[in-house]
Amino acid sequence: MSLFSVSNTVRSALSRPVAAGSSSSIMARAAFSTSVPARLATPTSDPKPKKLKEFKIYRWNPDKPAEKPYLQSYTLDLNQCGPMVLDALIKIKNEVDPTLTFRRSCREGICGSCAMNIDGVNTLACLCRIEKEKETKIYPLPHMYIVKDLVPDLTQFYKQYRSIEPYLKSANPPKEGEHLQSPEERRRLDGLYECILCACCSTSCPSYWWNQDEYLGPAVLMQAYRWMADSRDSFGAERREKLENTFSLYRCHSIFNCSRTCPKGLNPAKAIAQIKKDMAFGPPKSDAARPVVAE
Amino acid sequence: MQSTRSLTSTSRLLAQTFRLQPSALPLVARSSPACYASSRQFTNQSSSQKAPVAPVSKMSQAENLDLLNKQRSLRPSSPHFTIYQPQLTWLGSIANRVTGVGLSVGMYAYAIAYLAGPHIGLGEFFASSHLVGLAATAPFWLKVALKAPLAAAFSYHTFNGIRHLLWDAGKCLTLKGAYTSGYIVIGATALSTIGLVLL
Repeated sequence: MSLFSVSNTVRSALSRPVAAGSSSSIMARAAFSTSVPARLATPTSDPKPKKLKEFKIYRWNPDKPAEKPYLQSYTLDLNQCGPMVLDALIKIKNEVDPTLTFRRSCREGICGSCAMNIDGVNTLACLCRIEKEKETKIYPLPHMYIVKDLVPDLTQFYKQYRSIEPYLKSANPPKEGEHLQSPEERRRLDGLYECILCACCSTSCPSYWWNQDEYLGPAVLMQAYRWMADSRDSFGAERREKLENTFSLYRCHSIFNCSRTCPKGLNPAKAIAQIKKDMAFGPPKSDAARPVVAE
Repeated sequence: MQSTRSLTSTSRLLAQTFRLQPSALPLVARSSPACYASSRQFTNQSSSQKAPVAPVSKMSQAENLDLLNKQRSLRPSSPHFTIYQPQLTWLGSIANRVTGVGLSVGMYAYAIAYLAGPHIGLGEFFASSHLVGLAATAPFWLKVALKAPLAAAFSYHTFNGIRHLLWDAGKCLTLKGAYTSGYIVIGATALSTIGLVLL
């Protein structure tokens, strides 16, 4: 019934006449097709007054490499724009300046593509509400090589992730069936597995700024710990051994910028501290004795 | 450089939709910024019915890598601490580093001057008894101006060191813990600085 009532209201808005035929199929078409522009919710003669807001966005064009990066100013009417910074960026790209370049995909904080520095803090543009009053400055992730505008080169970040072997390595896999885990063992992965590798934390870390070539950074180290903390993985000692040098792990000075900025509310600093503790005092006697990262 | 017309429609669609890497699609023409301008002439073809075709050109893997490396060599580094929001987390860490370096440099400078003084013609200038005498005759404002920064740096570095020991022991490892302990360190530093200056 609900389908019919919806399609009846929509049908009145149809600009083209509905031809004869099976009425239910036409109604279904009217309800589900999205290609008729007349039915799109286009803002017309908006009664609200304009609410103008300035965005200053970092620009750099690889086709003109001699030109220094600069901030370009765009002004939008917030009453004609979605609530999130990503909505504003997409609106600018669609309606004002198609050359503005940024990464985006899911617009709901699960893909990590739109990580950038908004008003001085690394976050996902899709999860960041537009500040209503002041102007907003948008930079790419800090201390990264810039491909174009807000797009940083994440090659090194991904290489570092690959270097920690982010997959299960088991010496004694079960003969048949699944590799079982108790709920208590599984709980040790909470607060670790949710990471989407958006690189907000790593690029907020001053240690990562200065030693990006050798220090792995919070995101990658937390994933390194995610496999050390997995009861099914039997290579924790080898994983720790690989971090036993001056730079890979020990450039972490518990600054906490990572935990402060994580758009998913995770705590890389705690995971890294636990790696340090395991390396200094040895790992816990059993997986059940391992501290839980998620509070 | 070849025209895109020689490609099959499927592979062309793949190439322009996903911007496939050279290794993934070895025989398909690839899109690349540098050849954009030169291949633009092929895009406006007579077949007006079809969707517009993305400008693509054929490059070998070596050419592609050369181009990528050339572009990489020109990329700017994005701004960092100049644009990052001032937060207790990283400013506290910088303060710890600065006070540590400052106190170390001061200590080494004084120790070396103390040892070298008699041998480089400064006599007993850095000897304790002479310095005590100097301090006794110094005006109040000068004593405060010299003692306050030393006392603040020493206090902050000490208390923050205790904070670091707590972290290493697995305590205060939440964001709330980091902030609470940070504010406690600042408060303790203020009290301790006043106390030391009044000594």
